[in-house]
Amino acid sequence: MYTQGLDSLGKDCLGDSAAESAALEARFQAKIDAEEKIEPKDWMPEAYRRTLIRQISQHAHSEVIGMLPEGNWITRAPTLRRKAVLIAKVQDEGGHGMYLYSAAETLGISRDQMMQQLLSGAAKYSSIFNYPTLTWADVGAIGWLVDGAAIMNQIPLCRCSYGPYARAMVRICREESFHQRQGFEIMLTLARGTPEQKRMAQDALDRWWWPALMMFGPPDAQSKHTAQSMRWKIKRFTNDELRQKFVDVTVPQAEYLGLKIPDPELRWDEETQHYRFGPIDWGEFERVLAGHGPCNRERLEARRRAWEEGAWVREAAIAHAGKRGQRGVQAA
Amino acid sequence: MTSNVEWPLFEVFVRPRAGLEHKHVGSVHAADARMAIEHARDVYTRRQEGVSIWVVPSAQIVASDPEEADALFDPAQDKVYRHPTFYAIPDEVKNL
Repeated sequence: MYTQGLDSLGKDCLGDSAAESAALEARFQAKIDAEEKIEPKDWMPEAYRRTLIRQISQHAHSEVIGMLPEGNWITRAPTLRRKAVLIAKVQDEGGHGMYLYSAAETLGISRDQMMQQLLSGAAKYSSIFNYPTLTWADVGAIGWLVDGAAIMNQIPLCRCSYGPYARAMVRICREESFHQRQGFEIMLTLARGTPEQKRMAQDALDRWWWPALMMFGPPDAQSKHTAQSMRWKIKRFTNDELRQKFVDVTVPQAEYLGLKIPDPELRWDEETQHYRFGPIDWGEFERVLAGHGPCNRERLEARRRAWEEGAWVREAAIAHAGKRGQRGVQAA
Repeated sequence: MTSNVEWPLFEVFVRPRAGLEHKHVGSVHAADARMAIEHARDVYTRRQEGVSIWVVPSAQIVASDPEEADALFDPAQDKVYRHPTFYAIPDEVKNL
């Protein structure tokens, strides 16, 4: 909405002397420290703007790419109820992507620019969506674990210092809860089903557990952006804090399902009142992020194909709107 | 082939139910206003969040400049007498 005014605003402010921009920056940080929100046309440091554009657009891309692994099962959902639910969930993911692109656009980047960054491979998205959905149980595991991890990440983002992002997150979190619950319900049905169904549920948990833990990002000691993002109140908890919370709430849920978390080192630590878990394979995380996961190529191909095959629709619609507009002018 | 023309941006306002104002909820891209309303319905009202939608071309919105907020809102800053609490009324006086 606010893109037009931003270019000139940025230039005016950046043209100021170093002392003045230091004063602006101090005032900006004071606002953040006082828990005031930053809105699109407010002055902000360029690095804050760039960080938000990167984070929000990657978040949006993740929602949109995230439609693909689950979309894979829409035509094969076991019942009409499951199918209707899955369609609604996948549609929500698309909607979440749209809320987030809309929020990112308030920072002065266009939707097309973001789309090009995704399609060219320049922009990243969550590594989790580069894993395949091999069985129906994967749809359950994604809802339960992947959406569960996403909720853990996203609830603190509702208090993010940037207003449009925070508001988009409030909307998303409200909808996300149904995603997690429908996933758990699928897992519960399978876990209480035939031995084969229970094996399917266990197999899905085995494959999704570690990638879900990786969703919180690299360990704090190696996280490049954490310290600055916390000062700016874009982030409220560190990657490791959120990961620990996720493990603590999820282990009892797995126990209820009668499924086993695939981690021989997992144990309750009475002293810290937390679960201790084994080492994460960060080599795998890096490989998937670098484009070498099982489905990276397939996911981007699908997005590129959709973009290219939809080009004529976008062009025809705008041409039609243009002609109708002209006719309107003539009639008036 | 990729298109070079981006669909224009529309701001979306939703009235949650009769009796409440339309409230800004976000934006959508669309070729025209009619399509913008349909996109807004799909993006912002999947759970019956509204009974009415307004869309406005984003380029048409004129906004005040936050940098000048102090000057713009200055006239109201020294007029505390516009608030009822400014007036001292004895406790014995009721219904005032």
